[in-house]
Amino acid sequence: MGKYIEMIRIRFLMMLAYRTNYYSGILIYSINIGAYYFLWSAIYGGKENIQGLSITQMTTYIAVAWMARAFYFNNIDREIAMEIKEGKVAIEMVRPYPYLNMKMMQGLGEGIFRLLFFSVPGMVIVALVFPVELSANAGTWIYFFISIGFSFIINTQINLLAGIATFFLFNNDGLIRAKRVVIDLFSGLILPLSFYPMWAQDIMSYLPFQGISYIPSMIFTEGFKGSQVFEALINQALWSVILIIPVYVLWILAKRQLVVQGG
Amino acid sequence: MEYLSIFFQYAGQYLKTRLTYRADMVVEIFSDFLFQAVNLVFILVVFGHTTLLAGWSKDEMIFIYGFFLVPFAIFSSFFNIWDFTDRYIVKGEMDRILTRPVHSLFQIVLERMELESLFGAVTGLIVMFYAGGKLGLELSWYDPLIFLLFVIGGALVYAGIFISLATIGFWSDSRTDIMPMMYNIGNYGRYPVDIYNKIIKYVLTWILPFAFVGVYPASYFLEREEWYTYAFLTPVVGLVFFTIAVTLWNVGVTKYRGAGN
Repeated sequence: MGKYIEMIRIRFLMMLAYRTNYYSGILIYSINIGAYYFLWSAIYGGKENIQGLSITQMTTYIAVAWMARAFYFNNIDREIAMEIKEGKVAIEMVRPYPYLNMKMMQGLGEGIFRLLFFSVPGMVIVALVFPVELSANAGTWIYFFISIGFSFIINTQINLLAGIATFFLFNNDGLIRAKRVVIDLFSGLILPLSFYPMWAQDIMSYLPFQGISYIPSMIFTEGFKGSQVFEALINQALWSVILIIPVYVLWILAKRQLVVQGG
Repeated sequence: MEYLSIFFQYAGQYLKTRLTYRADMVVEIFSDFLFQAVNLVFILVVFGHTTLLAGWSKDEMIFIYGFFLVPFAIFSSFFNIWDFTDRYIVKGEMDRILTRPVHSLFQIVLERMELESLFGAVTGLIVMFYAGGKLGLELSWYDPLIFLLFVIGGALVYAGIFISLATIGFWSDSRTDIMPMMYNIGNYGRYPVDIYNKIIKYVLTWILPFAFVGVYPASYFLEREEWYTYAFLTPVVGLVFFTIAVTLWNVGVTKYRGAGN
């Protein structure tokens, strides 16, 4: 356990050294939130609410979806791909801890850093500029933080899968980009899933992606009520466990497949 | 003439390198296509809940998006200049460029081209013909010419803005994140400008004229006469911004000191 905390700490300190990069990042996210804010204002026009969400809830949804993304998002798929291409992965696999766990912990260090230095100040700025409504209910905040914890796990597992795929494809920039698009669309980052037509919602309810962005954002905006919150959290927890299986199977196959191209 | 032959030689070499990893190239083109599809899905889903967006119908929005894709595809095939400071100034690669007897900007365009992005233009055309068909738009004999003019104008607007930003590298080699920010601002141009407030609208028209890549030129083909003046300004704005950018570049190159090893 101690070694994992150390990995998180080192990554956190590494990020801290380059913290100025993050001020412009906040601006980028604000620009994105702004674009969607104006677009949604035009879409709502005079309407009170669409699919049970008011315009204020919608603005909050977008803001929190982007700010939560800063926490769960990481580039470990790219890092793994890079280490495989450069042959470094051979050295990493000799080290006395599981490679995948180490990658996950590094991702967590990054996530915690961004949560503190990016999402929190970012949310303050966004709340000043746009009509965002923050809940006063302590329960909502607790469920939200549990929920983004699961978001991190699910998103990281999917990233690991995409990263490990490099063992088989050698060059998988395309796959990583495709994965990012699928997540943007199916996770509810740009559109709440309840806006999709029924048939599409049915399909998405069987996929893990809604656990990445839609569930935490809906909890935060209080679009989910009562038992819905618990069902959503259970859904996330189940996927967090189920996804361990493909990650490990692919990892075992990948180790047999290993070709070190350089080093 | 000489420049043209250099261009084709670079393009030939580029294709050879890309075709080494064929499977990856196919996936990459496919993922580009997915990127474009995301925005279409967004428009389609949103219009499942409303009929008009600031006076624009679903098919008109789709048409604007289709138009936007064409100049953007040309821009992203030839002007991958977003990492210019890192790649050329900090690493000192610019030294190599400057020893050769071809204009430095032209060399960088050649070295960094990504021809597969041109598939985006095909997607754009398909989307435009689909939406145009549904809207019952008429094509005159001169429309393809005007289309070409507007597309070149739009691509020059993008190129002008990004080249101007890249020239900052000649004066200061410190890391800035202006480039990715600009890509995000560029997305504002895909939607009708009348949904934004006055300040943003003004910025998108005259300061960072991304509106000239999407809405303004597209409104000519949509027969929105209130925007015709802006539509026909597209090539002018493109030319002005591109000229400014090249001038900045030529001045900047004289300030280059070789920061690298």
